[in-house]
Amino acid sequence: VADEAAAREPRIRDGVLAALPLAPSPILFGLAFGVLAEASGFGAVPSVVMSATTFAGAAQFAAVSVLGAGGTVAAAILAAAFLNARYAAISATVASIFPGGRTRRLVESQAIVDESWALSGRTGRFERRVLIGAAIVFYVLWVASTAIGTVAGGVLANPDELGLDAAFAALFLALVAPYLRTAGSRQAALLAAAVTLVLTPLVPIGLPLVAASAACLVGLRR
Amino acid sequence: MSDAWVVVLVVGGVTVLLKAAGPMLLGRRRLHGRARVVVDLLAPAMLAALVAAQTFASGRELVLDARVPGVAAAAFAIWRGAPVIVAMVIAALVTALVRAV
Repeated sequence: VADEAAAREPRIRDGVLAALPLAPSPILFGLAFGVLAEASGFGAVPSVVMSATTFAGAAQFAAVSVLGAGGTVAAAILAAAFLNARYAAISATVASIFPGGRTRRLVESQAIVDESWALSGRTGRFERRVLIGAAIVFYVLWVASTAIGTVAGGVLANPDELGLDAAFAALFLALVAPYLRTAGSRQAALLAAAVTLVLTPLVPIGLPLVAASAACLVGLRR
Repeated sequence: MSDAWVVVLVVGGVTVLLKAAGPMLLGRRRLHGRARVVVDLLAPAMLAALVAAQTFASGRELVLDARVPGVAAAAFAIWRGAPVIVAMVIAALVTALVRAV
């Protein structure tokens, strides 16, 4: 019986293999992030370092988008932090799979990204090694393709003529689309968009986004 | 230090802490009730705000420019089930086309 249990225990390698079919996603988004970040003046090295340290797509795009639009550093940081707040909830769902002391848990928990988390729970219970194996694949592809993207972004002559600003909007729209199926998320999203539009002419750039995040408080009703 | 570097360092640090929050602070307990609902709504709120700002804001002005048809085309593609990256390319192409004419 012990042998059977050992045979069924997944390995890091299983996580790597599970992640490979999803490889196009981090590659294409990494390239897109590199291109857009470089084209909007964020700089190649900060872009690559951000992919290596933040390792969370939507937040990175948000920070670059806010700074690129002329928003303040604080607004860019808050927009990214609010988007990553979901990781507090996501990491809570897998809190019990990380063994060892605080340092080890701090390090291993960095393997939590949306995709690795989803793959690690595919069998109905979360597998730490699948999570880590998948994260290694996504991390390497994400950082490398960001670097390649910044090179491509650097040779674009006039990025705004190419409609890259609209590509940012399309990305955020695609990311919000799955949330719109549930009533609560839909209300929060519509309210946040409305707050942003109303406040844009009234307060400094970037601040409307921060104020709009308060739309999540519609969750307190009921 | 440039603005970009400050953003990179702070967002990186905050993200590390958020990812570690569950395993380090919560142990085997779960986040639930209203706190959970509010945290879950942060992402759609923030993303929708970003769509609005990135489509209609130009500095502190609201404008209807070439981005609108681009984003509308992308919205249609997303609704039809197109992959995200395809929607991004469509938005960029349509916007660039409108700007060119």
